[in-house]
Amino acid sequence: MNEMRADLALIYEWVAPNTRMLDLGCGDGALLELLGRDKGVTGYGLEIDHDGINGCIARGVDVIEQDIDQGLANIPDDAFDLVVMTQALQALKRPDLTLDEMLRVGRECIIAFPNFAYWRHRLHLGIKGRMPVSSSLPHAWYDTPNIHLSTFRDFTNLCHSRGYTIIDQAVGRQGSWSVRRWPNLLGQTAIFRVRR
Amino acid sequence: MVDTQSGSVGLVEPSIARFDTPLELACGRTLDAFELVYETYGELNAQRSNAILICHALSGHHHAAGFYPGEQKPGWWDTHIGPGKSIDTRRYFVVALNNLGGCHGSTGPTSINPATGRIWGPDFPLMTVTDWVESQARLADHLGIQRFAAVIGGSLGGMQVLQWSLAYPDRLAHAIVIAATPKLSAQNIAFNEVARQAIRSDPEFHDGWYAEHDTLPRRGLRLARMVGHITYLSELAMGAKFGRDVRNELNFGYGVEFEIESYLRYQGESFSNRFDANTYLLMTKALDYFDPAGACDGDLAAALAPAQCRFLVVSFTSDWRFAPERSKELVDALMLAGKRVSYANVDSPHGHDAFLLPHPRYDTVLEGFLRHAGDTLSLPRAEDE
Repeated sequence: MNEMRADLALIYEWVAPNTRMLDLGCGDGALLELLGRDKGVTGYGLEIDHDGINGCIARGVDVIEQDIDQGLANIPDDAFDLVVMTQALQALKRPDLTLDEMLRVGRECIIAFPNFAYWRHRLHLGIKGRMPVSSSLPHAWYDTPNIHLSTFRDFTNLCHSRGYTIIDQAVGRQGSWSVRRWPNLLGQTAIFRVRR
Repeated sequence: MVDTQSGSVGLVEPSIARFDTPLELACGRTLDAFELVYETYGELNAQRSNAILICHALSGHHHAAGFYPGEQKPGWWDTHIGPGKSIDTRRYFVVALNNLGGCHGSTGPTSINPATGRIWGPDFPLMTVTDWVESQARLADHLGIQRFAAVIGGSLGGMQVLQWSLAYPDRLAHAIVIAATPKLSAQNIAFNEVARQAIRSDPEFHDGWYAEHDTLPRRGLRLARMVGHITYLSELAMGAKFGRDVRNELNFGYGVEFEIESYLRYQGESFSNRFDANTYLLMTKALDYFDPAGACDGDLAAALAPAQCRFLVVSFTSDWRFAPERSKELVDALMLAGKRVSYANVDSPHGHDAFLLPHPRYDTVLEGFLRHAGDTLSLPRAEDE
């Protein structure tokens, strides 16, 4: 657990035992492996990164090579208890449609993404007048895979406009998680737990 | 005696297993007795828990790895089977056989029919994937293998793997289905029919009794192989290898002009000298007939319900014979059925034939899956693994 990415560590805590879970953009399957081992969680990861897929297979995590941007039409309604997506929302073509899909195939979803309204990002843009580059957004503007950056508040609004219920939310930075007084300003990474 | 340096299993020799219990076939007929020729690589452990079965494709056979004395060419899947290779013979005991109805030593159309004393020829019963799996289970019994660590196959071999998971769910722990499909498309069947008609319309075919006429339907078999071969390669691979290259110059005739013509003729020619036409015909029918979902009104997920093993499904991006979409169809049904499955779509320009070739990612995926499989079965790892 010590080596685990901070957002994954929080999600690990949130997931209930024996959950049937789909992990979108599951990387090398570290989260699914731990949840499977410690909490009896079952399910699949979806990934397109070859190294990630190879990693999943080598550690015995069930992984399907599938592009989330192509939709989840192959998965029926309510197939999973929980759909998790970390650090992928901002790279999707239509994050709003993916959110709909996640809450179609699962009752509940957990989404983690970099909060563009984090104060350092604001500083970068507001003072330096340049696109923010940080540990959560390490790319230059011209080669970033992150094409739909959003803020803590943007995502809250999206959920409300779609009629989804936010059951839990947290922001944080390097391992310290809380619902702060000014999450949109102080949170580097945002995590939401959303229900239909 | 194993040369680990080169990753080869070294010199190998085939064995023959004889079965005298009648085998009832899907076509309604019965084979009273039959023989299967097979090879094994590696050592079966004391618990008999480290066996892997290799199922072959249309023109494959039992010589999957290693060398015969005096021969330069290794078995057909030598790139993947051997010490330190993705199917690691230091850890696993690998069994490869020639399917029933084949022409490489197992009972088939070129064998003698004991009832008549003549060769079987076209009288040999049509085989199905189900029949093959039944006969392979007999071979497993013969070798004392109750449960395979994995059953692996590409193309038609992948269909046998799938059938294994349904017919004998408790007799395999892992299934690797490569460049396969849960059923043939109309286009696939169409290509098979062209191949069959090429053979059957050859004047030397004699309704399948060519051996009795002391001849072979070489032209038909050559054409069948040529058309088949086109479907095994991708347009890209063919273009990269041959393009519009000509041998000498265009001479406004019908001789060999383009390199691709020369290549196809060569492939057809060599195949027609080593493969039996009746076997080719029945293998293509086995492909056409395979459709496990058929028994469940086309509901593949329902058909997959009995499976208990963990699956790995692999496809190749440029394969248009059994395209990645067909593998994905299988994967989706396995997910729907709640089975354990992983899927990798490997970038390869080599079309359907890619499953026979080395490829870094393909190797990594197979190796990773089988390493974890071995760990879950508590098989000791080779020292450098």
